[in-house]
Amino acid sequence: MNGASSYAGLVDRAFIFILGTSVLLLVGVTAVMIGFIIRYRRSKNPNPAQIEGSATLETIWTVLPTILVLVMFYYGWAGFKVMRDIPDGAEQVTVKAKKWSWLFEYENGKESTELMVPVGRPVALNLTSSDVIHSFFVPAFRLKEDCVPGRTNHAWFEAIRPGRFDLLCAEYCGDQHSAMLSKVVAVPADSFDAWLGLDSGPPTGRQLLDLRGCAACHTIDGKKLVGPSFKGVFGEKVTVMTDGVERTIEVDEDYLRRSILNPKADLVGGYEDKMPEQRDLVTDEEVEAIIKFIKGLR
Amino acid sequence: MAGPDGGAPAFGTTGSYLDTFPGSQGAWGWLTTVDHKKIGLMYASAMFTFFLVGMALGLLIRLELLNPGTQFIGPRAYNSVFTLHGVIMIFLFIVPGIPAILGNFILPLQLGADDVAFPRLNLLSWYVYMVGAVMAIVSLFTNGGTPDTGWTFYAPYAVTTDTNVSMAVMAAFVLGFSSILTGMNFITTIHRLRAPGMGFFRMPLFCWGLYATAWIQIIATPVVGITLVLLFLERVLGIGFFDPSRGGDPILYQHLFWIYSHPVVYVMILPAMGIISEILPAFSRRTIFGYKAIAISSMAIAGVGYLVWGHHMLTAGMSDTARWVFSLLTFFVAIPTGVKIFNWLATLYRGSIEVRVPLLWAMGWIFLFSIGGLTGLAQGALATDIHLHDTAYIVGHFHYTMFGGAAVGLFAGMHFWFPKIYGRMYNEKRATWAFGLFMVGFNMTYFSLLVIGLMGMPRRYQDYLPQYHTGHAISTVGSWVMVSGILLMFFNLWRGYRNGKIAGDNPWGATTLEWKTTSPPPLLNFATPPTVTTGPYDFTEILEKGHDPEARS
Ligand SMILES: [Cu+2]
Ligand SMILES: [Cu+2]
Repeated sequence: MNGASSYAGLVDRAFIFILGTSVLLLVGVTAVMIGFIIRYRRSKNPNPAQIEGSATLETIWTVLPTILVLVMFYYGWAGFKVMRDIPDGAEQVTVKAKKWSWLFEYENGKESTELMVPVGRPVALNLTSSDVIHSFFVPAFRLKEDCVPGRTNHAWFEAIRPGRFDLLCAEYCGDQHSAMLSKVVAVPADSFDAWLGLDSGPPTGRQLLDLRGCAACHTIDGKKLVGPSFKGVFGEKVTVMTDGVERTIEVDEDYLRRSILNPKADLVGGYEDKMPEQRDLVTDEEVEAIIKFIKGLR
Repeated sequence: MAGPDGGAPAFGTTGSYLDTFPGSQGAWGWLTTVDHKKIGLMYASAMFTFFLVGMALGLLIRLELLNPGTQFIGPRAYNSVFTLHGVIMIFLFIVPGIPAILGNFILPLQLGADDVAFPRLNLLSWYVYMVGAVMAIVSLFTNGGTPDTGWTFYAPYAVTTDTNVSMAVMAAFVLGFSSILTGMNFITTIHRLRAPGMGFFRMPLFCWGLYATAWIQIIATPVVGITLVLLFLERVLGIGFFDPSRGGDPILYQHLFWIYSHPVVYVMILPAMGIISEILPAFSRRTIFGYKAIAISSMAIAGVGYLVWGHHMLTAGMSDTARWVFSLLTFFVAIPTGVKIFNWLATLYRGSIEVRVPLLWAMGWIFLFSIGGLTGLAQGALATDIHLHDTAYIVGHFHYTMFGGAAVGLFAGMHFWFPKIYGRMYNEKRATWAFGLFMVGFNMTYFSLLVIGLMGMPRRYQDYLPQYHTGHAISTVGSWVMVSGILLMFFNLWRGYRNGKIAGDNPWGATTLEWKTTSPPPLLNFATPPTVTTGPYDFTEILEKGHDPEARS
């Protein structure tokens, strides 16, 4: 797995030193153990030597490992230092993690669900979460930093080659933790600038399902996840719980609006009350766009 | 011991502790016993039951991960299963395991005492443990159902989930008290009840391991107890300790949790190290190499172990200074462990080695624990840990240390002391097969996890990307091999207990005091209270007079 960030080489150097030394030590320990057991088996060596210890030997095998681990510490620290020094003038991206989706906001306010980055230019991440702890993990970049609610953590990287790299949530966050995936898309710097500058107008209802994280729990193909699918739901009759009382209603625009802004009000039977209120998270126009999209999903 | 006038032997100094006498019959006799040996066995029956349940859950996790996508348990159920697996294995089995089972049984015997210092408190500890265990079980089926937080109960997830976390953390809280009481009991026993002539540096190393452990149990357990109570209060009363939406700090929870939970890995491992330090001299018929270094390094590990908890939080957003300080300290705690490994190897040097089942397990232990320790180095270093944190590599690493270290140490100890405990021997051929199966399966299961973790496979995932498939599949197949080894081992020990051939008092030719009484020992352990004139691993007598493994007195 080739590293794809500017500091991945430093991290890999530390890996090679530490894991290489570890393998040597393991082979050594195992070989000596088995060797002694064969060599000094009772049938061959009936008279053991009672050796209580040796100050010299014990000093040697205290001091040598100490030096070895200090070198390991140094390699680890050297790679880490580079990771923590965020270059001036880096592209700023705010990472908004929530159950169970990623949202990236760029300096000019543009939003995306896959992280677009320019190759060869540093990108600084401001990591946030609005519910529980998540962790931003891109194995190819050797980068991980937690998204902790109530604070902003910082990290940076510079992609050294174009590509689509896996982005995974590494801190356990509940039901769809293993589906909290996205991609980091590294593109040549001029394509990135063009993409960032492109004003594609307000996002469509379909795009909003991703941007606002709806798609983590609701599909558009009829499959059930944590919440019901949107497919063909408009105009259907459904059983809901309203203030603990069961009733049957028809899914219309009003119902959809209520379910987005205050999902607890009428909870569809068979589903848990898991969805956070979206009142402050979406604009009125966005709600209308989403409703329009759901209406069209037959 | 003969009576004062040379009459009949005093009560409890002959026969076996398993013999019945008025008041000791049946279940009631067991439930009211204050004999440390019987209490050890009561812990054993409860804990091995939990171990088998935890193992079944582990198998279920591996089965679900055989292929990508959902096999037969969905994400919700999967999260509960791995939480349960962790909670049962950590809180009900590994943490209390060796001290409660073998510590209880062996410690007083090794010290030449007739019981622990506070026998009734010892029984109380068992009841407290059982209350905690029952609470943990009840939490599965009540009030929101099986917790889904992972065994670490991280805030704010654990504050906000609607599963029954409140009950589960209170169960862990109660279990902590059992741990503290046992620790106090052992420290007092070691200080007050050593046989005449047994100075601290003539104590067997298993006692040293238990001694260091007991101090950690007493000092560290209250911290997690308080932390879990805070979590409970936050859930029940809505006080904002950890949830930022109530003004709390989730990182504070992690600090408090790991201040306990790092030292507690030494509660799991130090007694196992003690067991290895007993087995190696016994089967090489020579004194241990560097007795003092091993004894003192146990205490050093227990001490430095308090200062490294932050290595569990290297990606959580601590200050960069805190991160490198914790990294450096973590490397220092690796050194005494390395010293022990070298001393054990040197103990084999020019010994007169007989490879029997306990020694096989001890060798397996050294191999697995070496992997566990060495894989930890890449986690202690900063740059590499950033990549490895919260991946399957961590899962592989801690199974090598906790399972390969603590639990295999317990298995080694069980095979070593089995003839002492029951006065019978298990089938050694079958035991060797069980060991072989276990080792092959174990390494398939967990080495694959190290590899896919290095490739970026996060932990606690119910589903995964296609590049991790091969590793997961090998791991799952390995789990079947490993479990067949474990089941064969338990079956073999059970058969040995039922109708194994009668064992001698000292079948291995070992030197510590527990081998100088009968097998099984009498109720009060020794016919005549022993006195000590040499260090614990003095083979002069055995080498001069020869050794008859069948001899019984
Ligand atoms: Cu997440
Ligand atoms: Cu730790």
